[in-house]
Amino acid sequence: MAATLVEKIFSRRCGHPVRAGDVIMAPVDCAMIHDITGPLAVQKFREMGGKRVFDPEKIVLLFDHQIPADSLPAAENHVFMRRFAVEQNIHNLDIKEGICHQVVMERGRAGPGEIVVGADSHTCMYGAAGAFSTGIGSTDMGFVLKFGALYFRVPTTIRLEIEGAFCPRVGPKDLILAIAGEIGADGANYQALEFAGGTIETMDMAGRMTCCNMAVEMGAKAGIVPPDGITWEYLRARRQVNPFTLSSDRDAEFTSVHRFDAERLSPKVAVPHNVDQVVDVEKVAGTSIDQVFIGSCTNGRFEDLREAAEVLGNRSFHASVRVLVIPASRLEYLKALRAGLIEQFVAAGALVEAPCCGPCMGGAFGLLAPGEVSLSTSNRNFRGRQGSAESLVYLCSPATAAASAIRGEITDPREV
Amino acid sequence: MRTWKFGDNIDTDAIIPGRYLVIYDPRTLASHAFEGTRNEFAAEVSEGDVIVAGRNFGCGSSREHAPLALSGAGIRFIIARSFARIFYRNAINVGLLPIVCSDADRIPDGSPLSVNPKEGYIECGGIQYPIEPVPAFLQEIVDAGGLVEYARSLPEVKTCTGSQ
Repeated sequence: MAATLVEKIFSRRCGHPVRAGDVIMAPVDCAMIHDITGPLAVQKFREMGGKRVFDPEKIVLLFDHQIPADSLPAAENHVFMRRFAVEQNIHNLDIKEGICHQVVMERGRAGPGEIVVGADSHTCMYGAAGAFSTGIGSTDMGFVLKFGALYFRVPTTIRLEIEGAFCPRVGPKDLILAIAGEIGADGANYQALEFAGGTIETMDMAGRMTCCNMAVEMGAKAGIVPPDGITWEYLRARRQVNPFTLSSDRDAEFTSVHRFDAERLSPKVAVPHNVDQVVDVEKVAGTSIDQVFIGSCTNGRFEDLREAAEVLGNRSFHASVRVLVIPASRLEYLKALRAGLIEQFVAAGALVEAPCCGPCMGGAFGLLAPGEVSLSTSNRNFRGRQGSAESLVYLCSPATAAASAIRGEITDPREV
Repeated sequence: MRTWKFGDNIDTDAIIPGRYLVIYDPRTLASHAFEGTRNEFAAEVSEGDVIVAGRNFGCGSSREHAPLALSGAGIRFIIARSFARIFYRNAINVGLLPIVCSDADRIPDGSPLSVNPKEGYIECGGIQYPIEPVPAFLQEIVDAGGLVEYARSLPEVKTCTGSQ
């Protein structure tokens, strides 16, 4: 019987055919926990009677949301997690490596056909590596830490077919914002989003990560790209690979199929306070901004920083704007350093911070005061997301962020 | 006992802002619930109150602090037209009951309401509204009082045996 990519992953891991709608207890190949959701997961693991985790080798543990510890409670949570790592013999990446999702990807901890969970909603990003990966809460994670398995309802799939080449200064972030605008904030609730078509087939891993990362903004359980040569090449540098074919059958059953023409896309902006409130940049051009954030698990990779740097050139950022640049990981930071991008940003007036989530989750630094406006390459513009409930967050691509930071107002990157 | 009415797409940042995620105690979290977006909630909510919302309640972050904050505020039931996936499961896991009711928009703010999950309806202002049952596989967790209690009763789990 014809099956979707996601049905095939669950069938493969379960050893018998499963269909969308089936409820199964599936084994977990990798579980990721961080400083915010980890302590509660550990507490729940213990309350469940957990003594030893299912497999310390299959756990990625790091801190990225509040690092270096920005308050005493955060410092205490870090100590709590460090002790747990020692007690359970889990390799602790601590505060040193960067944002959890980028680190899981760059260490090759998620691969085609695997089932990965993380106690963070943007775990859906590892679909870029052909994994079924999904965000879960802390209690579910406590269950996973104990049993190495979790209940899943195998999701139905919405297929997105994207064809055509992007115009200059338009890219994957504009595409995923356009998709969010069409699908809606709950249009993919409980479902998987499969990205396919010529645009995806030629897209680099960084772009695929940007797309899969934001699947959850449409309510999706997972975003996924069928693994191909680009996927296997990315993984080959990071782990042992044995390439195999994994894709939806031609006659597989999808809830719906949506087609997008990348060539016709213009730069997009998601306006406050929902990710699906998406407009062409012209519509909000001229909006005055106080802070620009270039970073996050959505857009903090080398390719994103390079995109911003190309728009910037040898110009300076506008005097009235605070520009925060935060590479997604230590390795991405090094790439940017070696390419001269960091010097370029600092010379232009940006603050470059060490790899972490930064202002994205509104719990650490870079908070907004009432009335302030942020333009951000991150993934959420909810009311109060980056500080005061009276502040405004707009979402955009690295190119639009850089162009706007030069002018001090939201700007079409094709104009600078 | 009263209803607290909310609209569509209430995200978990609104339920509990990011700056409080270093806290894990439900009662302390409850004192910051809806801070900035509905300030009177934390001060006025009482044990047994019910949240009523539109579509996609609990979207966004996977933070379990959100259902914990509501639980700490004395909420036991959340009624909505639909729930975001992670929140729905988190709520059940911590012993809250999310109830899907397609008529949730018709229930007014601040009114008394009775919830009859076993009978399959809620009642407000003399009108009965049908509610959807919890999926069968989650009902066991609901009946146990949450995932911790459920997991304690399991000596081990057998993978891929729960196909329905």
